[in-house]
Amino acid sequence: MTEFIFFINQVVISGAVLGCIYALGAVGITLIFGILRFAHFAHSELMTSGAFFAFLLAALFASWGIVTPIPMGFVVLPLAMVLSAIFALGVDKGFYAPLRQRGAKPVILLIASIGVTLMVQGLIRLFFGAGSYSFFENETKDVFRVDTSFLGSTRPLVITEPQLLMIIVTIISVLALHFFLTRSRLGKAMRAMADNADLAQVSGINTALVVRVTWVVAGALACMAGTMLALDVTLKPDLAFNIIIPIFAAAIVGGLGQAYGAIAGGLLIGFAESLAVFNWTMVLRPLNGVLPEALQLPATLALVPTEYKLTVAFVILVVVLLVRPTGIFKGASS
Amino acid sequence: MIARSLSLFAGLFALILVIGWLMGVPFTSSRLVEATAYALIALGLNIQWGYGGLFNFGIMGFLMLGGFAVTFISYPINPSFWGSDGPWMLGRAALAFGAGALLVYAARQSHRLGLRGGWKTFTIVLAWSVAYCLYRSQIDPAAAYIESTAGFVGGLGINPVFGWLFGGVLAAGVALIVGKIALGLRTDYLAIATIGISEIIRALIKNMDWLTRGTLTVSPIPWPTPLPQEYQASGADQLSSLILARGGYLALALLVLAAAIWLVSRAYAGPWGRMMRAIRDNHVAASSMGKDVKSRQLEIFVLGSVLMGIGGAMLVSFTQIFDPSSYQPINHTFLIWVMIIVGGAGNNWGAVFGAVLIWLVWVISEPLAKTIFETASYWSTSVGWPEIPDIESRSAQMRVFVLGLVITIALRYAPKGLIPEVVRRDS
Repeated sequence: MTEFIFFINQVVISGAVLGCIYALGAVGITLIFGILRFAHFAHSELMTSGAFFAFLLAALFASWGIVTPIPMGFVVLPLAMVLSAIFALGVDKGFYAPLRQRGAKPVILLIASIGVTLMVQGLIRLFFGAGSYSFFENETKDVFRVDTSFLGSTRPLVITEPQLLMIIVTIISVLALHFFLTRSRLGKAMRAMADNADLAQVSGINTALVVRVTWVVAGALACMAGTMLALDVTLKPDLAFNIIIPIFAAAIVGGLGQAYGAIAGGLLIGFAESLAVFNWTMVLRPLNGVLPEALQLPATLALVPTEYKLTVAFVILVVVLLVRPTGIFKGASS
Repeated sequence: MIARSLSLFAGLFALILVIGWLMGVPFTSSRLVEATAYALIALGLNIQWGYGGLFNFGIMGFLMLGGFAVTFISYPINPSFWGSDGPWMLGRAALAFGAGALLVYAARQSHRLGLRGGWKTFTIVLAWSVAYCLYRSQIDPAAAYIESTAGFVGGLGINPVFGWLFGGVLAAGVALIVGKIALGLRTDYLAIATIGISEIIRALIKNMDWLTRGTLTVSPIPWPTPLPQEYQASGADQLSSLILARGGYLALALLVLAAAIWLVSRAYAGPWGRMMRAIRDNHVAASSMGKDVKSRQLEIFVLGSVLMGIGGAMLVSFTQIFDPSSYQPINHTFLIWVMIIVGGAGNNWGAVFGAVLIWLVWVISEPLAKTIFETASYWSTSVGWPEIPDIESRSAQMRVFVLGLVITIALRYAPKGLIPEVVRRDS
């Protein structure tokens, strides 16, 4: 049983945390692709800047002497999401809208989004330097150790408070997104426009409003993902830039333009990454007593070495693109 | 059009003179050699994107392959590796690799034995996993053995120019595989797939310590032309030896660049170039005229990657150090894209102009930002405000911002680039 709990600690929890972050990022990318038909590369910077908004707000609240029972990062999250949504709208207005009006091809918009990535990253580094920050400088990161001895395990089940909150918050926001897309008028308009923009426009849907709502939703979710990533590890200027490719992989694996596909893809990639580097010897060790001398298990028996963890996402991406080019859920094409 | 290009190049020349005057000759000569290598790389991207409309965001991977190739070819021989069991163990790993490849190939052909649908897929997946386990079982002990006894494989001690060529060949080989996998994809997918592949290449080169020494870096890598130290040994003073040595390297690099431009321009002006533009602008029409779109695109992808491999090799042998962890997507992929966008996609001279201009902007934006910050800090302290902290590290980050600003302005106000593609219409 100890081995099973170890497996849960190493694979299920870390995979779920990673998967939640990937899923939230990928939903934004996939929504933008569905509505505006371009791969929004600067999504990583929306995530990082969102995390910095949350960090600044948390520092501000802490300086006012406000003490909260849950980590400050989660308390300020709604406010930071509003700021991020405004920021995303501003980026669209300043950089993408003029190009769209000129009728630029999606490829040009992709390159423009790389320009935005570089500018935002330059600005963040200008103000915050290249160092890393922590949300937990003034408060402690609570760690829950669930005693599992009743199951016959010598190890406790370990989960930190941010990780637990993160999974809960993700489930709530995915449900909210589901009801928004299926029940509300605007959500239905968004899905209509993703299916066929011209048809949506002649049916009287206000497409400009839909575009704005897309940016608001994408910016808010990006802020949530970035802040939660920063709460789990540390906050640094290249926080999300390093994981933008797995996030894109999640969006593509799920099928670009498919919100549910992005969530499935994010979880798939998150679990695959943590499963691939898992050391199976830790679980299979009892077998050493049964196996003959020549077949003893080596000290590490992982599918891929730890340093290749990030490449797992790319390999999945390449395989999916080869076998099923439009993703698991059939993706939109531009 | 020609007058505009000439005046732009004259302006670039004046900029180089100003930088030479402000920053000194040693700084400027190094930057010019690097700019030449980047011009070659930009030419490669121009072939892929400007001629063929192919979206390659994996330039970093090809530059790393070139850098590894020149390191492997030109670094002195490591006797402690060749005297050990290492070569034999590597040979066994290569055999395992070959056996695995054969197994996968056999599984892919299993339909000849009557295997269909799910059974064939199952066989292929099984063959892949068996091949992977077979290879890992041989390469892991070999890698551990080499790392513990000899450090790394070492080089072959051949002239670096052959290393440049090998860089091109290696990049071509990888580009062939990548192209076969990815070129059928649409633009956005292709962009993401190439980024992913370049990250895989980076992870491999960074972590295969037995082959590349990984993060421990390899140096000094020899030059194809005499080093400054060799001029000094024959009695030249420090400055003139530096200028002579870098001048020699620059001349060789310019020779390679000129040859590449000449060949590419000849091909572009001929029927081959017309066919490529036809495929880029309307691949449906081109294929209806009997052109094999897929293999032509593969051809152009490989050709562009060859230039990238050679350029990457030139950069590494100039800096004399191969450091896999110094490769970043911003510096080695997006920078090249900015060069092409600003210079003008589809025009070789535009690519060269953009490469030199953007490289100079990239290297001078740090000292420039530092000067601006120091001046601002001086004025703010003189009116009683606190001075700007950490000017050194902040100005180093400014170049990323400047790069983003340049690309945004270029897309907005000169979307076709400063020296745009010339579309000739025969009446």
